Amino acid sequence: MNSTQTPRISIRGLSKRFEDKVILEDVNLDIMPGTSMSVIGMSGTGKSVLIKCILGLLKPDAGEILIDGENWLALKQNEQLARMRRVGMLFQHAALFDSLPVWENVAFALLKRGEKKPVARERAIEVLNWVGLQKIENLMPAELSGGMAKRVGLARTICHKPDIVFLDEPTTGLDPIMADVINRLIVRLHKDSGTTILSITHDMKSAAMISDQIAMLCHGLIHRQIPAGKLDSDTDPMLRQFIEGRAEGPINCSHWGKKIEEAINR
Amino acid sequence: MNVLVSVGRLAEAVFMHAGLYALTLGQTIRRMASRPWHARMFFQQAEEVGVQSLPVVLLTALFTGMVLALQSYIVFHRFAAESLTGLVVSMSVVRELGPVLVGLMVAGRVGASFAAELGTMRVTEQIDALWTLSTDPVRYLIMPRLIAVTLMMPLLVIVADFVGIYGGYAISIYMLDQNPAVYIENTTQYMELTDFYSGLVKATVFGMLIGMIGCTEGFNCQGGAAGVGRATTRAVVISCMSILVSDYFLTAWMFG
Repeated sequence: MNSTQTPRISIRGLSKRFEDKVILEDVNLDIMPGTSMSVIGMSGTGKSVLIKCILGLLKPDAGEILIDGENWLALKQNEQLARMRRVGMLFQHAALFDSLPVWENVAFALLKRGEKKPVARERAIEVLNWVGLQKIENLMPAELSGGMAKRVGLARTICHKPDIVFLDEPTTGLDPIMADVINRLIVRLHKDSGTTILSITHDMKSAAMISDQIAMLCHGLIHRQIPAGKLDSDTDPMLRQFIEGRAEGPINCSHWGKKIEEAINR
Repeated sequence: MNVLVSVGRLAEAVFMHAGLYALTLGQTIRRMASRPWHARMFFQQAEEVGVQSLPVVLLTALFTGMVLALQSYIVFHRFAAESLTGLVVSMSVVRELGPVLVGLMVAGRVGASFAAELGTMRVTEQIDALWTLSTDPVRYLIMPRLIAVTLMMPLLVIVADFVGIYGGYAISIYMLDQNPAVYIENTTQYMELTDFYSGLVKATVFGMLIGMIGCTEGFNCQGGAAGVGRATTRAVVISCMSILVSDYFLTAWMFG
């Protein structure tokens, strides 16, 4: 990796609080072009808030979000919307539009850009095939299983060929086989197109499989950032506790940890 | 002290909601000046608001006109002024009952549907998904709904006016044995065009209120399925109250 290269995503001093609850406090993170990074951390540590701040869905209290050196927080709303063409987002529960058939969901971004319906439909079917779904283009989202909805969501995320993809808990709620299918598709996407990927997850198997880099978010800060290959050998106590899934450990020192300890002792 | 805290909280909630409504309306009007206008969404909503509300509006208007004729006749009969029944029915329907009753029906049907639909989209992250697909949610979801209900309300009221007047006519002529020629002459002689227009002005304002309140409640919904339920209830209650309150002020402004 070229050290002088501008990061595709650069987060500087990002802070976000809801009323008196601090969620993110001085988050700093660089993601280089073509890198797949997973942010791991316990539920409620602010992983989703981090992605929502980057995408402009939440307004941070302080900090900068630079995409290819451009501060997205300083952009006007219509400029932010225009930049969203470069972005794809897979939501935790797919967030498919209930009122549209599968193909219109997948081709939504293309149709809104003024692409002709037959062309957009053809592209949607092509991407649906890519995620392993055939002949479902006319179904409504309510007719899909959880795994199918997630794959349709992934198809929608990549249909307009974004160069940055965000994945919010891509394998949560799926059976192990379907989770593996999704992971393989993400790896294939990353290898085939060199897309920069930022995923948030607490599925360690998924994180190890789809990422080049892993960052751990804890107490509102990026506590540790390591190459995915060093996940097994890293000795950081908090990271080890999280990877091994132990209730005992330094993470219990947080404000809610005592309650967990009390519950275990009872 | 508790009373003061409660009053303070209530005042805060009222001002917060009023501010949100004004903000939504302002954001929507600002977007109307430029493309894209999402015409397909507008026609879809116009069909939903206008055509699909017709049965409930027609039924309401017909029976209101019929009841009004019956009640007016009974009162006028006491001082031998039955011939005024047609005028009273027409004036009441066109100036007051048409827009208000249609408004209340549409608030229950359409305002609730706007809040529930947008609320569900909010809690299932579909609104966030729109943004990430470079689509402005206010322009795509709120603008077509607000324009549709504002334009469809006067059209529904025109239909309701005719049906309500016909309901009164039918009862007066076929049940109360009034002279049709006298009935029509008395009705048309004293009615002015401004009576009709005032009802349409009211309908337009009520439509805008229903759209603004329903969309804002749904769009800013929080708290899962229970939150959607609360937003829907609030949308209907606040829309109905706004219609009744604004009706007084509009009447005072136009005829005061």
